[in-house]
Formats: sequence, C-alpha cells, structure tokens
Amino acid sequence: MIKQRIASLGKSTLDTFESLGRATIFLCQASIGIPGKEGFHLWLRQMHFIGVMSLAIVLVSGLFIGMVLGLQGYTILVDFGAEDALGQMVSLSLLRELAPVVAALLFAGRAGSALTAEIGLMKATEQLSSMEMIGVDPLRRVVAPRLWAGFVSLPLLTIGFSVVGIWGGYLVGVDWLGVNEGSYWSNMQASVSFIDDVGNGLLKALVFALVVTWIAVFQGYDLVPTSEGISRATTRTVVYSSLAVLGLDFVLTTLMFGEL
Amino acid sequence: MKRSKTMELGVGLFVLAGILGLVFLGLSVSGLNNGLSSTSFTLKADFADIGGLKKGSRVTMAGVPIGKVKSVELDQEWFDARVTMELNGELEGRLSEDTTAAILTSGLLGEQYIGLTVGGAPDTLEDGDVIHDTQQALVLEELIQQFVSNMASK
Repeated sequence: MIKQRIASLGKSTLDTFESLGRATIFLCQASIGIPGKEGFHLWLRQMHFIGVMSLAIVLVSGLFIGMVLGLQGYTILVDFGAEDALGQMVSLSLLRELAPVVAALLFAGRAGSALTAEIGLMKATEQLSSMEMIGVDPLRRVVAPRLWAGFVSLPLLTIGFSVVGIWGGYLVGVDWLGVNEGSYWSNMQASVSFIDDVGNGLLKALVFALVVTWIAVFQGYDLVPTSEGISRATTRTVVYSSLAVLGLDFVLTTLMFGEL
Repeated sequence: MKRSKTMELGVGLFVLAGILGLVFLGLSVSGLNNGLSSTSFTLKADFADIGGLKKGSRVTMAGVPIGKVKSVELDQEWFDARVTMELNGELEGRLSEDTTAAILTSGLLGEQYIGLTVGGAPDTLEDGDVIHDTQQALVLEELIQQFVSNMASK
C-alpha cells in the first residue's frame, strides 16, 4: 500500500520532469530555426492574428484600468491633499505592474487558448504527422512563427496598454476631477525613470511573452489528440499561464524593485 | 494577394504604434528631454543639506526647466553635499557669478528641485564653476522643532 503510494509519487515526479524537459527541447528546436521569406509570411500572418487582433481588447482594458486608477487614486490622495501626485501614481502602477501583468493575462486568454486549440486540432486531425510525412518540419512551419509572433506582440501590446492607461487616468483625473494638468505631467516626469520603470516593465513583458506563448504552443503540441484532450489542454494553457505570470511577476518585482 | 497586403499593412501599423508608444513613454512620461538641448555645461553647488534631491532632479530658473542634477556626492573635506548640475548649453557664459541656488519643493509633498536665480555681477559662470551662495532644503522635522522650541520659550 505505502509502496504503491511512493511509487505513484515517483511516477508523477518523473512525469513532471519529463514533460518539463520535453518542453525545453521543444522551445529550443522551434525557436532556433532562422525563417526565410516563406517563414516571414507565416510570421506576418500570426502577427496579424495574435498581435493586431488582440489590440482591441488590450487597449479597451487599458483605458478602463487607467480610468479606474485615476478615480481611485484621486479619492485616496485627495484626503492627504496630495492629488497632484495622481500622475505619478497612475503611471508607476501601470508601467511597473498592471500593464505587463494584465496584458499578459488577457493575451493568455485571447491568443494563448486559440493557439493551443489550433495546434491541438492540427495534431488530432493528423495534419502535423502528415507534414512530417511529406518532409515539412511542423516545428518550423507551424510552431516557430507562432512563438516568434507571440514574443514580439506582447511587449508591443504592453506599451499600448500603458499609453492608453495613462491617457485614461488623465481623462478622469484632469478633465473630470480637476487635477492640475501641469502637475499631473510634471510629477509623472519627475518620478518615472526610463530605464528603471519603462525598461523594467518591458523586460517583464518580454519574460511573460516567452512564458505564455511557450506554454500555449507546447500544450497544443503535446496534448492527447482527442476532443477531450483539446479542451483539457486549452484550459491548462489559461490556468498555467495565469499562474506562471502572477508568480513570475512577484519574483521579477523583488529582483527589480525590491532592492535586494 | 490583396488580403495579404492589408494584413501586412495592419501588422506594420501595429509595430509602428508600439514604437510610437515607446517614444511617448520616453519623452512625455519619463521626461527624458528635461529641458536639455544638445549642448550642455556643468555647474557645481555646495549645499549644507539637500533633503530629498536625487540624481535626475530638475534644475529650473523662474520655474522653467533648464537642466537636471547629474550627480550628488559628499564633500569629504567639509562634509557638505556637492551637487553637479547639467544645464542647457545656451546659458553658458550668461549666468552672473553671484547666481544663487536654492533647493525648493513643488507643492507640500512634491519632489525637490533646484531653483537658480541670477544676480547682478558683471562676471559670468563658466563650465565647471561652483555656485557658492546656496540655500539648503527645508527639512520638515527641523521646522517643527523650531516651532516647538519657539512655543516653549514663550
């Protein structure tokens, strides 16, 4: 009885490490191929689907989050007579935390799940093995353009999120609640550092892009090729990438801003 | 083929928008162009107390940003703070020698910055000169202490 329990513990540990190893080899193989002209077109197509089509949801969320930050920040800061620091509060919380994290979560839901389902269905209908049969490497043809499109899109989406969010905070804080326009921008400019805040936020976005796209594509490539398997894998993509983003965010924040 | 062209255009606009956004974050949000033109010159000033002044803080004249703080270090001989400022190159040779520097605060709780005020002396400050007439930062604790001791002595 106990022996069985220990054996199953060992089995699940080995399985976990095996799948981690598979995922790493998969990432290296898929991202290493230098795309030619054909690869560029495949990448462009994926950029359109993953990046451009995600723009709407990311920008609208960014606008509303910026507006909420402006409103909440104002009601808190006005108690201390410090509503002039609104720009600083809105921009720092967006650049450092909210933009990379929320954009990555939206990206996982909007693009990541679609990637998993698409690749998974290709696997279930044996398109991937047919490709291998006629001598086309599915890693280079199917996976690599999607990976690279994800790496490039999410940082760009994060920038868009920050810009729109700061504008949303301006809309509510300055236009609506009457914070002084000059102090909104000057406090922001005095406290935001390009390298430490904008740069570190972008670095976060890059890490999240890598993790989310990797999880999405690997889950699709590695799933059990049945309809149930596809639905499980899609769920796993969203759950794993959300957890990975939030967990990694804490680690990255301690390294970047925790003064360790 | 037509479809692929619109797609290319969409992706191109997306990337362009991202780059423009980054430029906006650089210039407008983090204020990289802190009133500095391409040429600049440095001035130094010694303060007894700089309060919360940091590298990158604004240097203004009549409220207009004309430069930023390049470095802050402790003078090992006199134990006061030596602040090096990087100023707009157009002003080189035009600030009088008796220019004063004061550490000011924007608003009650805002960040601290340096305000320069020109004097009337005929000689001017050149690159690397030191401003001697300075006014240290207001430290809230000291003000309160003064106030309390004044109240007590009455």
